Amino acid sequence: MSATTETPKRAGTPTPRKPVRRKLTLGQRLKRDRVMLLLALPGLLYFLVFHYVPLLGNVIAFQDYQPYLGFFDSVWVGLENFTDAFADPQFWSALGNTLLIALAQLILFFPAPIALALLLNSVISDKIRRFVQSVVYLPHFVGWVLIVSIFQQLLGAAGLLPNVLEAVGLPRYDMMTDPGAFPWLLTIQLVWKDMGWGTIIFLAALLAIDQQLYEAAAVDGAGRWRRLWHVTLPGITPIIILLFILNLGSILSVGFEQILLQRDNVGAESGEVLDTYIFFNGIQNGEWGPSAAIGIVKAVVGTALLLGANKIAHYFGHEGIYRGADK
Amino acid sequence: MERPTWHGLTLKGIVLTVIVIAVAYPFVAVVATSLSTDKEIIANGGLVLWPTEPTLDAYRVIFAGGQVTHALVNSLGVAVVGTAASLVATVMMAYGLSRRGLTGGRFILMVALLSMLFNAGTIPNFLLVKELGLMGTFAALVLPGLISAFNFIVLRSFFTSIPRELIDSATVDGAGDLRVLFKIVLPLSKAPIAVVSLFYAVGYWNSFFNAMLYLDDRDMYTLPLILRQLVLMGQPLAKGEAFLGETPPPQQAIQMAVVVIALVPILLVYPFLQRFFTKGVLTGAIKG
Repeated sequence: MSATTETPKRAGTPTPRKPVRRKLTLGQRLKRDRVMLLLALPGLLYFLVFHYVPLLGNVIAFQDYQPYLGFFDSVWVGLENFTDAFADPQFWSALGNTLLIALAQLILFFPAPIALALLLNSVISDKIRRFVQSVVYLPHFVGWVLIVSIFQQLLGAAGLLPNVLEAVGLPRYDMMTDPGAFPWLLTIQLVWKDMGWGTIIFLAALLAIDQQLYEAAAVDGAGRWRRLWHVTLPGITPIIILLFILNLGSILSVGFEQILLQRDNVGAESGEVLDTYIFFNGIQNGEWGPSAAIGIVKAVVGTALLLGANKIAHYFGHEGIYRGADK
Repeated sequence: MERPTWHGLTLKGIVLTVIVIAVAYPFVAVVATSLSTDKEIIANGGLVLWPTEPTLDAYRVIFAGGQVTHALVNSLGVAVVGTAASLVATVMMAYGLSRRGLTGGRFILMVALLSMLFNAGTIPNFLLVKELGLMGTFAALVLPGLISAFNFIVLRSFFTSIPRELIDSATVDGAGDLRVLFKIVLPLSKAPIAVVSLFYAVGYWNSFFNAMLYLDDRDMYTLPLILRQLVLMGQPLAKGEAFLGETPPPQQAIQMAVVVIALVPILLVYPFLQRFFTKGVLTGAIKG
């Protein structure tokens, strides 16, 4: 009762509100933030011009784009570019090659950093682990031109492998120009370049696993392999799924520079992938519209795969990408 | 827990040794070949592991002022100017957006982050560079990739993690936003700024596709373009770069010498970069 009688009394006195920050008007806030906004402005402009304007540039996929007419005066052709692109047997061949290479990399490259990370994580000596890490991270910083040059010396016609084969009495074999071996060649190069680098994210996840879980498992009598299976792997499953989904999203863009540099070694029939097809057909042959159309198809399929895989991950009770990404 | 078994340790040791050798061997072999004579290269079947009579002839040829020297200067120029431009732009944007509750800050941040999800594709990007009149300029190698969203996130998350009290104490003393940037934020951020600059520098140094697309004047060629011509397309060096001594160095030694030249800057900055990864400085940012 006493509380209710007191309330009207209070209302009469000048409201003793807590000294919360006064809400600033837009003008005042702009004045306060003007230096910060000016600093961020060039960056904003950069992203708008070089990332968002090209997105709009994709309208040429629906035009008979002619460079001398530009975006505004080229004739609109509806979906003709898409039907043209799909009617080109080279497109289907490039799609097939892309999927083959992506599959090879998914099966052979994707697990490699996980295995190496598990191995490194089990090394007790800090010194040895640091040393191995500093060696295997290095190739990530070497550009593709250099890597292909180095492989040319190792596996190319006059390189190490053919000479070794000859020395032991086998026929010379040039892997760099063997169309059938192209997906394997690309995968070997990718493993060499990025297997070490790929371990970073898994090592971080492994470090985050609670050590008490291992101790509890050991007390319960779990051996080395059971601990690996029941503690370590579940600990890094979310990150494996995350990376797998991201990988699926980019399944139609297999190493562009890497393939561009080596496509002519094996010929277009097995060396052409979607990205190189877009490049040669579009920029070199001036088939702007159809190439941009394929670019759009690629992006749409990639996004659909990404979202689909994410949905499946959610269905099985995993975090997938976006729930985990904004932590 | 139980002690590791001896055969487990041996197996681990063997696997790690094989991996380390497989990664390191090509680097060693490339350097060794570049120092070798013709005879030795033939005797060793392409790649030499340890040159018995090392010679710098290959380097003398490529440093004689021909196209490789030229390309080296171009590449260094692009890397230095590009890194400086990228760093300034990224620091400005990251610092600008590091204030919580910045008017319009969320919008600008979303613009930057969403750009990572969508890639416009090769054709529209090419047409944009063309429309902007950047064809055949070094700017075409720098501007399209001026700010990497990833590096921006790394720097911004570091800037926002600087304790507010530090910044507030300076503001109370009358320091403006720019003074805070130069007197407090930048001195505290040396490590992440170093990492980001090295990332940019390595990126510019390795940049191949943009150089191939946008440069057509041979005098402007960068090292990756020359490498492709010399090693992958097997073109010999242009005339007038012949060796003045008795026997010219072998083609393979010259090729590998160019590879070494292109590798050296990466090998030089790598120890600095590497320190940060093994310490795990960046992993927080990667996960965040």
